[in-house]
Amino acid sequence: MKENANLLFLFLFKTPIKESEFSLAWYVLFVFLVAGVLLFFAANFAGITSFIERRIAARIQSRVGPNVVGPQGILQWVADGIKLLLKEDLVPDRADKFLFRAAPYFVFSGLFAAFVALPFGYGIVAADLNIGVYYIFAITSLVVVGIIMGGWSSNSKWALFGALRSAAQIISYEIPTALSLIPVIMLTGSLSTQDIIKAQGGMPWDWYLFHSPFTFVCFVIFFISALAEGNRIPFDLPEAESELVSGYNTEYSGFRFLIFPMAEWANLWVISAMVTLAYLGGWQVPFVAIETLSQSFLLIFLSAGVFVIKTSIVVFIIIQLRWTLPRVRVDQMTLVCWTYLVPFCLAAIIGTMIWMLIFPWETLAALLLRLIMSGIGLGFCFLYVQRVRFNYFNDKMAFENLKGKSLWYPFWRLP
Amino acid sequence: MNQYFNNICTTLYSIAEGMAVTASYLFRRPCTIQYPNKLEKPMEDQLSERYRGILQVDTRVCIGCRICEKTCPVDCIAISLEKDKETKERFLTRFDIDISKCMFCGLCSENCKTSAIYHTKFFNAVTQNVENLVVRFVDKPIALYKPPKGSDLKNTLKDLSGAIVNQKMKGRAL
Repeated sequence: MKENANLLFLFLFKTPIKESEFSLAWYVLFVFLVAGVLLFFAANFAGITSFIERRIAARIQSRVGPNVVGPQGILQWVADGIKLLLKEDLVPDRADKFLFRAAPYFVFSGLFAAFVALPFGYGIVAADLNIGVYYIFAITSLVVVGIIMGGWSSNSKWALFGALRSAAQIISYEIPTALSLIPVIMLTGSLSTQDIIKAQGGMPWDWYLFHSPFTFVCFVIFFISALAEGNRIPFDLPEAESELVSGYNTEYSGFRFLIFPMAEWANLWVISAMVTLAYLGGWQVPFVAIETLSQSFLLIFLSAGVFVIKTSIVVFIIIQLRWTLPRVRVDQMTLVCWTYLVPFCLAAIIGTMIWMLIFPWETLAALLLRLIMSGIGLGFCFLYVQRVRFNYFNDKMAFENLKGKSLWYPFWRLP
Repeated sequence: MNQYFNNICTTLYSIAEGMAVTASYLFRRPCTIQYPNKLEKPMEDQLSERYRGILQVDTRVCIGCRICEKTCPVDCIAISLEKDKETKERFLTRFDIDISKCMFCGLCSENCKTSAIYHTKFFNAVTQNVENLVVRFVDKPIALYKPPKGSDLKNTLKDLSGAIVNQKMKGRAL
């Protein structure tokens, strides 16, 4: 990012930064600028995703969803935010006032600091840390501190239940999340998020997802445990609406409450970006080598677009998963973690090591195996689409006989 | 051990099946009727033929038998009849229905010989004052209807859209 700061300085003031006496002030200013941009992105992403999630959920449940505020309801999230800002900031009478007020800061900073190391395109990353993945794991663990603080200090049994569940869940799921990224780190030889992407390629057979059956297993494990860490359904035990009132944030109101859902939806981007960068090739544009990619600005923007599209698809899958599956029980949640995910993860790490020894990345055999793997993946996608078609046509006749209207109403056609 | 791997297969397979079901719903027509902003058809056409909305009385064909008043379980109908001493003619002087009491059971309209009282498809009767929900159908005394001998009583005209009630409610509602 320092080069970008230098470039922007040269562009704005027509003097190289080395000759200027304001270089330190400019760097500090630039840090704040980048932080502001990231915060702007994260907050807007959280808001817009909350609206899109409600629309997708509505369509899955044969409803329409919010469509009154603004054209097609796209300002619904702004209205929700303003409404929450105008609410009174209540602190319960017997709550631990200091901890109660401090908890949202931990949740907020824990999640938004993760955006620092997340890449958005070729060279578009706030800080290309050489321990990027490790940093993201470490900093997102701060969220659980905030959740436990909020739950404990509220002096409410529901909040405390939620906080304790969250402690059990997030801490135990840190282990498979971190372990399932080890094959990727081994294959790359680096913890930097940019290096992980650079080691992959644009086409599916160059992704780590299809490197071997073991990395495929690791991908599934990483996806599941990232969901659990982000408190998404089917692992949203800390804020189970039907059991605990709203979990750890029951007693919160106003802007302090707003922080929690906002951080949760921003976490959606963190999860999806992690999945994309580690297994789905990140911002790699198909048919374009990295050397040519770095040459033109257009291609760099294209790489950012590719990254955003891939991440949005993962976000969509997570949202759809939320409205498909019921919540798991607490014992099932820990059972899945310790008896299924962790052993499989350890086996997959050893398997990847052996695979790397037998089939190094550049050899023809490895390429063939990757092609076969991606073919199998494509086959699964095809089967899935066929299954969706089958489900659609299964109910088509009955609906059209009953209602006398066509059942076809795709999601891009807005009601 | 077999059970262990079976569990994994069942879990992944059933999640994929569930995802396929929910994905197919993204291409289906939502069943929401967006009342009252975006209606495909007017509300009267979408309601079923025997929808029990707010009651309406066609005082032109009322024979003054008071069956509706007697059969009403919640006593929401009030009828007064008067007789002219000289001409021996009977008049309807009061026909009030308290819609706030009415439970839309339909007993009155089932029993009405001439279908003078019937349900409309009009249901939106929100007012700021409960008093406004008492609909008065008689302003000045109306001569009772005398059906011709041997005629089919049920075969009388009906204003199904509830225009009279609508008008009367609108006059009172805020």
